[in-house]
Amino acid sequence: MFTINDQAIDSEALKNAMAEPAAGGFCVFEGWVRNENEDRPVERLEYEAYEPLCITEGEAVLAEAAERFGILGARCQHRTGLLEIGECAVWVGVAAAHRDEAFKACRYIIDEIKVRLPIWKKEHYVDGPSVWVNCERCSKHQTAKPPG
Amino acid sequence: MKSIHVRYFATFREKAGIASETLELDVETTSDVFEQTRDRHGSAEPSAHCKVAVNDVMANWQTPVADGDTVLLFPPVAGG
Repeated sequence: MFTINDQAIDSEALKNAMAEPAAGGFCVFEGWVRNENEDRPVERLEYEAYEPLCITEGEAVLAEAAERFGILGARCQHRTGLLEIGECAVWVGVAAAHRDEAFKACRYIIDEIKVRLPIWKKEHYVDGPSVWVNCERCSKHQTAKPPG
Repeated sequence: MKSIHVRYFATFREKAGIASETLELDVETTSDVFEQTRDRHGSAEPSAHCKVAVNDVMANWQTPVADGDTVLLFPPVAGG
């Protein structure tokens, strides 16, 4: 199941809901808000998403992981809105009979989520104006590096 | 001319100063819509770096658009 909303991610509740007697391995990836990016101190992050297509595409990614790796269960939750340093922005959990498919499926899911879902991230810096990641930065890099 | 409902997201919305609008455009594909609204979304990006959907279905830059379609213009994504 893929879900996206502005509520704090409850990792324990998500994991507990995936209890599976046939599972011998459970792999979790959590994406956290980091306090710097490319040597610039980050104050907080803001996520915007187009939720209807995030759900469609997110469910497709989870189905692909199940098909490719033969796992027992997969779940992903992404957060939107303003997030502070250290908060969890995305959670991926995979239950499988063995660790190998759990690790592989977890990696596949987070990698695909990052490049396919209509989600955007604005970095709010300590020392300057906010920037949409992968957007203004691309054109800025072609002209001048940000100060500092 | 076709009547196209265009939706802008994230940096595109901020640059356009509007979340959506209906435009009369002489367009065949999503790529035409992207190019003809460049003065609105202000993208310095080539369309290949961006994504597009038509009527809430992910599309590509060759996807045909019809009169009355909603075209969603997505700047480069950055989830996770």
